[in-house]
Amino acid sequence: MNYELKIMLSTKTIEDIKKAIANYPRKKSASMDALTIAQKECGHLTQDVLLEIASLLEMPPVQLNQVAAFYTMYNKKPVGKHHVQVCTNVSCSLLGSEHIVEFLSKKLGVKKGETTSDKKFTLSEVECLGSCGTAPMMQINDDYYENLTEVKIEEILKGLK
Amino acid sequence: MFEPVLLKNINTPDSHRIDVYLKNGGYQALPNALKMQTDTLIQLVKDSGLRGRGGAGFSTGLKWSFITKDPTIPKYLCCNADEGEPGTFKDRAIIEKDPHELIEGMIIACYAIGAQAAYIYIRGEFDFGARRLEQAIYEAEQKGYLGKNILNSNFNCDIYVHKGAGAYICGEETALIESIEGKRGQPRIKPPFPAQVGLFGKPTVINNVETLSCIPHIVNKGPKWFASIGPEKSPGPKIFGVSGHVKKPGLYELPMGTPLREVIFTHAGGIRDGKKFKAAIPGGVSAPMLTEKDLDTPMDFDSMAAKGTMLGSAGVIVMDDTTCIVKVAMRTMGFFRHESCGKCTPCREGTDWTYKVLHRIEHGEGKEGDVKLLENLCGNIFGRTFCPLGDGAVMALRGALKNFRDEFLYHVKNKKCMV
Repeated sequence: MNYELKIMLSTKTIEDIKKAIANYPRKKSASMDALTIAQKECGHLTQDVLLEIASLLEMPPVQLNQVAAFYTMYNKKPVGKHHVQVCTNVSCSLLGSEHIVEFLSKKLGVKKGETTSDKKFTLSEVECLGSCGTAPMMQINDDYYENLTEVKIEEILKGLK
Repeated sequence: MFEPVLLKNINTPDSHRIDVYLKNGGYQALPNALKMQTDTLIQLVKDSGLRGRGGAGFSTGLKWSFITKDPTIPKYLCCNADEGEPGTFKDRAIIEKDPHELIEGMIIACYAIGAQAAYIYIRGEFDFGARRLEQAIYEAEQKGYLGKNILNSNFNCDIYVHKGAGAYICGEETALIESIEGKRGQPRIKPPFPAQVGLFGKPTVINNVETLSCIPHIVNKGPKWFASIGPEKSPGPKIFGVSGHVKKPGLYELPMGTPLREVIFTHAGGIRDGKKFKAAIPGGVSAPMLTEKDLDTPMDFDSMAAKGTMLGSAGVIVMDDTTCIVKVAMRTMGFFRHESCGKCTPCREGTDWTYKVLHRIEHGEGKEGDVKLLENLCGNIFGRTFCPLGDGAVMALRGALKNFRDEFLYHVKNKKCMV
């Protein structure tokens, strides 16, 4: 297949990916690191970004696509600036995570899986985040917010605007 | 009162830093371990009776002994820090609050099996934990505990952090290996076992965070000390994570074999809001639930197995008498359905079908015969899958059906919940 290779990633991101490659005996083993690093810069992984990473790792683009498609944390579609991810697994569910999702949905004016029109927030429901002792909880981008209540959520959202 | 071992430093300020770890007796096991013959070291871990804390409970020393002694073959250690089993949040505490305890354990394990490189497979959501580990690795390198010629022993060792990206299946050891290799996290067929053909095709040991964190203590205090804690066949300190309807959810480090009742009622404060106990999942959602009659069961690998469940990760999820078991079963199956990697049919199709049946029962659309259908589906998944994910899904559902069959039947018949 012919495709045009575009430069999508910054020099810093490319440097970071090259550093990650050094951690493995095989270049393509750095694919997950590379996707994570690139996503930090790009927000979500477009075909152009994937092609550039595949070329850096000297692997067939189709193989990298398979990896990107398999793992839920790689965003294949654009997400808001703040990705609000609420755990609704058993421990959180027992302590009212459904209510947390409903409350957030009302506050943000979007349904699960949707992004606000100003592209600031995406609301997602996710599986267990390993924070069951402090349920209910959510993750916004890289940070955990635990022992959630309505009051606490309002404060958190205010801090993000 | 049991004195915590693994979690003893987590409330100390800056416990994640190497100077604090050193002040509290850290990195004292490493020089002693490096002076031992590797066989002696493996025997010491065998003698301690340490069994894998990830859930399977396999003898750690025995696992190490499977690795070839041929010095020309590269070997690897993988630390399983995927911590994805719902109800489990113990490894995160060690990773974030005492990463050097884990790293010291890993260096000793690498020396014992002759590995010069190790990977910590940490779930992608633990970004903070991953940064803590990277910082700790850097500190250990600066002090000469990692890298070339560690403490003038001629032993070289490097540790790398590999971040997952949201796939429960990567907690399964062969899927974890695939994922470190940079592929989709789909399990491999066994045999060959990772001890023969593992990461990058080389002999590999995979151990859980809590397991590896026990190692420095075993080297420091001796195998007899470790073996004297808890039951003879399943000894040592154990971190129990209690969540759900309890007054004081959290982590409790107690001797292995502490009865479930004591974990829930003495340590976690009992059931909240004046409600009554209904059921508890003892070791993450894959473990079949237990009821009132089982509360005095000691929480160790063998006693839990004798009750038809498993200690698993010892993530105890407690449910009060207002809990709808059908809903819990549906949510649990929804999880397995989402996390099934799709490689084998019984798991991929079975978890989906089972979830759909549970969903209609929960939503008042159950049909006569649905409970039988669920049991039938369980039989067609269990033991017929590549890896234990499908088995875990079935065990969880069978546990709910065994203890609360009437509740499922009531739901089907009356189109509503009995609680």
